Amino acid sequence: MFCALNVEDAVKNVAGRPLDRRSFMRCALASGAALGGGAALGLSGVAEPAAAMPSGAASEAEEEAHFITEAKFYQKLANRKIKCKLCPRECTVGDKERGYCGVRENRGGVYYTLVHSRVCAQHVDPVEKKPLFHYLPGTTAYSIATAGCNVNCKFCQNWDISQSRPEQIPADYVSPQRVAEIAKQYSCPTIAYTYSEPVVFAEYLMDAADAGHAAGVRSIVVSNGYMQADAMKAAYGKMDAVKIDLKSFTESYYSKVVTGQLKPVLDSLVTLRKMGKWTEIVYLVLPTLNDSDEEFHGLAQWIKTNLGVDVPLHFTQFHPQYLLKNLPITPVPTLERAKAIADAEGLHYVYIGNVPGHPSQNTYCPKCRKMLVERVGFTASQMLIRKNCCPFCQQPIPGIWHA
Amino acid sequence: MSTAHSGNRRDFLSRSLTGAAFLCVGGAMEPLAAAEPVAAGSKSRVVVTHDELLRGKGSTVDSQRLLALLDRAMQALGDHPADHPAEAWRKLVHPGEMVSLKVNTLGGRGISTNVHLVAAICERLQEAGVKASNIVVWDRDSEEMEHAGFHMAIGGDRVQCYGTDRVGYEEDLSAWGSVGSCLSKILTRNSRVLINLPVLKDHDGAGVTIALKNMYGVIHNPNKYHPDGCNPFVADLNMLPEIRGKMRLTICDATTAMYEGGPGFKPEHSWNANTLLVSTDPVALDHTGWQMIERKRKEKGWKTLEAEERAPRYIATAADGEHRLGTNDPQKISIVEV
Repeated sequence: MFCALNVEDAVKNVAGRPLDRRSFMRCALASGAALGGGAALGLSGVAEPAAAMPSGAASEAEEEAHFITEAKFYQKLANRKIKCKLCPRECTVGDKERGYCGVRENRGGVYYTLVHSRVCAQHVDPVEKKPLFHYLPGTTAYSIATAGCNVNCKFCQNWDISQSRPEQIPADYVSPQRVAEIAKQYSCPTIAYTYSEPVVFAEYLMDAADAGHAAGVRSIVVSNGYMQADAMKAAYGKMDAVKIDLKSFTESYYSKVVTGQLKPVLDSLVTLRKMGKWTEIVYLVLPTLNDSDEEFHGLAQWIKTNLGVDVPLHFTQFHPQYLLKNLPITPVPTLERAKAIADAEGLHYVYIGNVPGHPSQNTYCPKCRKMLVERVGFTASQMLIRKNCCPFCQQPIPGIWHA
Repeated sequence: MSTAHSGNRRDFLSRSLTGAAFLCVGGAMEPLAAAEPVAAGSKSRVVVTHDELLRGKGSTVDSQRLLALLDRAMQALGDHPADHPAEAWRKLVHPGEMVSLKVNTLGGRGISTNVHLVAAICERLQEAGVKASNIVVWDRDSEEMEHAGFHMAIGGDRVQCYGTDRVGYEEDLSAWGSVGSCLSKILTRNSRVLINLPVLKDHDGAGVTIALKNMYGVIHNPNKYHPDGCNPFVADLNMLPEIRGKMRLTICDATTAMYEGGPGFKPEHSWNANTLLVSTDPVALDHTGWQMIERKRKEKGWKTLEAEERAPRYIATAADGEHRLGTNDPQKISIVEV
């Protein structure tokens, strides 16, 4: 029934309920637990009083202006249309329309990013959580994200920000300079662009990376790699390390489960290799969907041939999310089978992720098999690599081990 | 024509901002069981009403003539003539029900649901016994609605008018087929009956955007459902119980229509069609509207949408055995021109 609901009571009601992840992110942002508040938008969904809207509307417009800047990587077409050149979708976007990602908009024939400095999630994470295992182990990364994504993975664990338009979720204005300041303030040697999909906030990522480097802070990106080569070279060329989520090794999976394409991601991995960027690969294993021996073999062979045996490959455990809550958690034997196939193919650094305590979270020397980095959860509890080598047999261990 | 409620229509059209009124979004309403748009075996009726003098000698739609056009359409939709225009609406809604009117304002003032049409519908709904405060006119964004000529009205004993941006989307997903989205709380919590008020225009991706695609304004992530000509996404979206179970009527505002360059407004490709299309079968209505656009394109020397590789394939999907949201078979559509 139509009933009047006091805003204060609505907020108390929300606070009394168990927090789901979305509410947690809003509260964490508001409380400063994640280093900054998001704009509080009536957690109950109850609208502000109409009388407040005129002045609010003006300040909202001013706030919006902070976040909007002309996009890079697009081409103007006739009739005020544009073609985006950021990712392989190459959206042709009419006036007043947005691209697939939902965070880039055509206004009168000029394409804009709507999310520059528009941080909707921020946290200090151990770098192992990304996961990046061969990059400054034991250190932390100031991790940020905006809304948006250029795919729609049915298993996305961050769908509430990746699949949202920026105006739908609370966000803070965090300038590139401020990003660098916060990283230093929290003694993070690295800024990480993660959670949603950094491809879609490439302009912000580039500016923040520049500000970070000027302040002595590195940058890493956690990405789907679904990006055009020129944009990748410009944006990820500023990264000190890259982690790519390779969702599967079949085009059909990419089409049906990811709404993307495999080949452009493989091309991106090769491009990163040629750029000399330290790269690690995560393969999230979904029971029945991308867990065949054939796929694991194909993947391992391709990596060996095109990237080399020293690229770390993480097989990680899936947990039901978003639109695939009907699937079970990936059985650990499935992950171990995948690892065994990749090991047999000759890859040197194959890990199992999201299974706390599993011995395959540790780094072992490919030559003498001694444990070099011990990990407990997301913490590197022991790091024996010295001068980028195994201390026992002097085998070079590729990675960025020391600041 | 009754004048008793003309004050309400003027109130709706007038500027109004409340004082300290709060917007309520009580509990989510369970959708009614999904109903087939037409009884099996019978034809889907699409009423097409036209008034050559709808704008008189000027370019502005005459609100009185538009009300008369609406009344003719609703009379023709029913099987028996009604003594009073409100009777046609009493077959559709019941006193005490919450009725929402989903307009289309993306294109701006040039190609948005006409404010006078909405006011006329609100008047007839109230005559049918629906309280003004139980009627909400809405779209996804308040600012877009204002640009289209709507004035926000929140709270008080009057027709409500606001965008989903004021109340937000449900946190839980609704999913069917290829679609998984969060729905506007206006639909889930402030609607027992949904009346769909699209416009008639082409779309550079989907081919056309009429009744079925107007539901893209209900979800939080419409941009994810534009690949492949929006197919099968449009059909799958309309299968969501909250939409299918609540949508009772579509009135397509074709007073101004567009045949090329959509969805944004392109005045050079629009025409004063001075028409309303009304149906309980959104698929049949979309099919009929598509043919209108094709006829205008041919008249103007443009290729068909098929030739431009953007025929609205989602219409056939919506009619297929898996969806059965209506019919696109001309043999099963009865077009009633009045």
